[in-house]
Amino acid sequence: MDIFLLADEHLGLFNYWIVIVLMMSGFYVVIAQHNLLKKVVGLNIFQVSVFLFYISMGKVDGGSAPIFKDGVEVLSNPLPHVLILTAIVVGVAATALALALVVRIKHAFGTVEEDEIQAIEHDEEDIA
Amino acid sequence: MFGLLTQAQTLQLAVVLPLIGGVAVLWLGERNRNLRETASLVTAALEFALVASLTGSVMHGERPSVELFEMMPGLTITLTVEPLGMLFALIASGLWIVNTVYSIGYMRKNNEQNQTRFYICFTIAISSAVGIAFAGNLLTLFVFYEILTISTYPLVTHSGKIEAIRGGRVYLGILMSTSIGFLLLAVLWTYNATGTLDFTAGGILGDRIQGPEVAALMFLYMFGIGKAALMPIHHWLPAAMVAPTPVSALLHAVAVVKAGVFSVVKVIVYIFGLDMLVTSDWDNWLLYIAGFTIISASVVALRQDNLKRRLAYSTVSQLGYVIMAAAILAPLSIIGAAMHIVAHAFGKITLFFAAGAIYTASKKTMVSQLDGIGRRMPFTMAAFAIGALSMIGLPPTVGFVSKWYIVGGALEMESYFAVAVIVASTLLNASYFLPIIYAAFFKHEKPREGNDTHPTHDNHGEAPVAMVLALCVTAFGTLALFFMPEAPLALSRALVGG
Amino acid sequence: MIDVPASDPWLILLVVVPLLAAPLCVLLRGPAGAWSVATAVSWGVLGIAVKLLGDVLERGTLRYRIGGWDAPWGIEYLLDPVGAFVVVIVAAIGAVVLPYAKSSVEKEVRSDRIYLFYAMVLLCLSGLLGIAVTGDAFNLFVFLEVSSLSSYVLISLGRDRRALTAAFRYLIMGTLGATFYIIGVGLMYQMTGTLNIQDLTTIIPAVADTRTVLAALAFLTVGISLKLALFPLHLWLPNAYTFAPSAVTVFLSATATKVSAYVLLRIFFTVFGQVDLFAHFPLQPVLMAMALAAMFLASLTAIWQQNVKRMLAYSSVAQIGYTVLGISLATEAGLSGAIIHLFNHALMKGAAFMAIGAVVYATGAVTLDRLAGMGKRMPFTMAAFVVAGLGLIGMPLTAGFISKWQLITAALESGYWPLAVLILLSSLLAVIYVWRVVEAAYLRPVPANEAWAATDRVPVGMQVPMWVLAGASVYFGTDASFTLELAHTAARALMGGY
Repeated sequence: MDIFLLADEHLGLFNYWIVIVLMMSGFYVVIAQHNLLKKVVGLNIFQVSVFLFYISMGKVDGGSAPIFKDGVEVLSNPLPHVLILTAIVVGVAATALALALVVRIKHAFGTVEEDEIQAIEHDEEDIA
Repeated sequence: MFGLLTQAQTLQLAVVLPLIGGVAVLWLGERNRNLRETASLVTAALEFALVASLTGSVMHGERPSVELFEMMPGLTITLTVEPLGMLFALIASGLWIVNTVYSIGYMRKNNEQNQTRFYICFTIAISSAVGIAFAGNLLTLFVFYEILTISTYPLVTHSGKIEAIRGGRVYLGILMSTSIGFLLLAVLWTYNATGTLDFTAGGILGDRIQGPEVAALMFLYMFGIGKAALMPIHHWLPAAMVAPTPVSALLHAVAVVKAGVFSVVKVIVYIFGLDMLVTSDWDNWLLYIAGFTIISASVVALRQDNLKRRLAYSTVSQLGYVIMAAAILAPLSIIGAAMHIVAHAFGKITLFFAAGAIYTASKKTMVSQLDGIGRRMPFTMAAFAIGALSMIGLPPTVGFVSKWYIVGGALEMESYFAVAVIVASTLLNASYFLPIIYAAFFKHEKPREGNDTHPTHDNHGEAPVAMVLALCVTAFGTLALFFMPEAPLALSRALVGG
Repeated sequence: MIDVPASDPWLILLVVVPLLAAPLCVLLRGPAGAWSVATAVSWGVLGIAVKLLGDVLERGTLRYRIGGWDAPWGIEYLLDPVGAFVVVIVAAIGAVVLPYAKSSVEKEVRSDRIYLFYAMVLLCLSGLLGIAVTGDAFNLFVFLEVSSLSSYVLISLGRDRRALTAAFRYLIMGTLGATFYIIGVGLMYQMTGTLNIQDLTTIIPAVADTRTVLAALAFLTVGISLKLALFPLHLWLPNAYTFAPSAVTVFLSATATKVSAYVLLRIFFTVFGQVDLFAHFPLQPVLMAMALAAMFLASLTAIWQQNVKRMLAYSSVAQIGYTVLGISLATEAGLSGAIIHLFNHALMKGAAFMAIGAVVYATGAVTLDRLAGMGKRMPFTMAAFVVAGLGLIGMPLTAGFISKWQLITAALESGYWPLAVLILLSSLLAVIYVWRVVEAAYLRPVPANEAWAATDRVPVGMQVPMWVLAGASVYFGTDASFTLELAHTAARALMGGY
């Protein structure tokens, strides 16, 4: 009985829980992974959590899609959804650029493992 | 000047003229060295004429003033002539002429490198010294003070050798860290407390700050003005001895240390105000630190065998006189402080010129090598003797005049500590200068030692005529000012409103 | 608040012109064509920026409603004195950097990528200007990403392969920062239902005590601090500045961090302007601690660098500390100190990086040991570096002195005298790192294997911008009335809301 109440109270916000879990795992991957590609993946997960966050925010209980139509009284807030379209575009651009950089790093260093790159960089002299 | 310029224009030109000379020197360069050095000399002469043309009106109580530009709202770079500044500017620009004559002889004879850079930095240094002398407020003083530090750095490191670089580091490190760390803070504190930075007769601090704050602010000023070489921040002076002798003369007599003690007196008289310092409760620690500096620097000087280093420590001690005289806080001793700036300038430049002449003619640098040298270089060593007498404070030299006033002020304020310090240091000065003179004239030249193959050590005469001429002129000045001290004395009296 | 009609479109043209010119560069392909377009646009933008600054000062805050839509539905552009000042800084640096870039980029970037370089510079310029003029928190994010993405590309164009990893690391950190920023914006939107900055100002006080708004503030602060490179979130900056092409380093160091500081000001004093932020949250001690840590630790790190570009990069981190210190005082004087330092530091650091860029152009040298004797080989370039370096130290007559004076006055006014001492102490660290370069360039001999011939053959296109910035640093150090007045107006506007 108690457990159901508890679940109901917190699961009502379940999408926010997902946001937090995704955010933290993405963040962790970015920091902990030494593989540059995996870092990009982590960054994506991190950004996606924010997309979900905005979308959840715009959802109104019982509201339908924001299209005016007879009989529809409650509408979800369309603004956050539109904002997230922009954010997704920005995110795609960042990912594309990150991947392009990873490709060129692979060409230049022969590896995409951060610790190996650091070892190579460490031995290089400072000549511009 | 000469009726052609207004006083304001004369003032502006006094700061700018050396820079114009610097540009001319740069333009003429190494290829026209005769013209280049003529340009230096002409600039120096014109500068002295400009500065001197202001003297009359200042003596009559006028205070010519001109605002150069406004740096920040309400904070201007202003030149104002007052008696002490007039005195300092006269010394700096007057000795610059002599120093240029000497430099020409020294730099050529010793084949120094980068002579154009040397002359240019010299002009900037003189310009900023005149700027310090005529500073109408603390901000102006600070600005020119820092320019002086930076423009003399290339002079100190002139040779580019490793010991010059090290000496330069100490020089710049101490002067800049004290001026940025202490002096700027003191200026800002003053500005925050009073809302003005103008030098005002009677001081601006009044009762804005009390007891321990006075002591703390005084600390920031006195140790912020690193050029005054109060112990323990005097190390830059001996470190700067790596420079060529004309630079040492510039540092010790013409501009740098004089700018230091000048700023000290100026801050005490025009920022704190004598009355405020007499009445407020700050334990006058400055008197004791200055006294300590005088005695301990003399003791250190006693143990130096390198002639220039001995002179450097003597300078530290003599600067202590000026600071102590100011710290006695009596009008008489303030007159003494101003006079001692003059006295030390003439005496010490003579001594350094002599040391440089000895080096140029014989390549000797140690006191112990000087036995009998008076017979080979009679003019140089006679001038040296006169300079030394002035340092000790014996008549008939101007050093006696300034000491007379300082002792007078000390007795008036019943400061027996100061009197005791002066007596003790006079004995110490005598004991590190008189043996040199004795050895030079009355001992016999040591026979050349087996491993000493230096060609000039026992085979030389006087230094080049330009150098001898310069040091004779300053030695003559040291004597003349004893017999005719009216002009500097009048300015010094005007400083305390007498 | 003045509503600007659609017939007076300068506010929007400021952003749109460079945005549209970027694809034009791509279409043109030729390096010369792309350069001409970019330079012409940058000058045009500077003209618009100056006109707008005049308008703002004369008429007050300008508002332009995009498409005629009213807020909060439409996006509006707002320009107040702070924004206008930042716009002028960014536009002016852009207009100076592009002429410089021509020769520098030809040498440092592969020729088939040069047109992309100019396209990216224009995009970055557009984004940075957009941040300064937008009145919408989400629109600000978009511009933040436009400028950031283009700067990652610009950095990756450096010749050294480490430029790639530097750009990648900056991308990761920057994207994290920007994402933090939108999380913060989202949380605020949740509580207020608006993205318009003016609306946020009025609504926030009602919800200021909720945990959501606190979390929003935390996310915003951390996100922007990442872009600002506030210690300890500065790790991306040193490598990015070191390995980016010289022109990019100049541009980013003088603009990107300045704009981030502007965003921080906006958040603290406009969005949360009606809340007594510093009383509500422990923001002041945190910001002060970070700022002081930056000033000391970054300066200390700079002292140990062999690569001059990296040394200057660490110096930038330290200088950001000064700005944030001014912000943390949260007084009008403190803010004007921070704002004027944005401008002054842009001049000084721009000039310093340009000088090193010129050395790289002529000789390829960027480390201290290869700079030996550079003062003789490239006298003009190194002189510009010294002028810029003196500014970083805070010598009087340079812009850096004005910043420091203003910041210390602000600290003393607020009663934080230890801060005043610390600011001065940290400038002493700047003396050390600047002087390491000076000693190397002027006092060490030219290495035997270096060709003397490769001396000052730096094109006029690089010399002139370098001296424009160095000269501006001196000019705004001698006559700071205008910039100080502007900074005061901006600070007052910030404290008083739009």
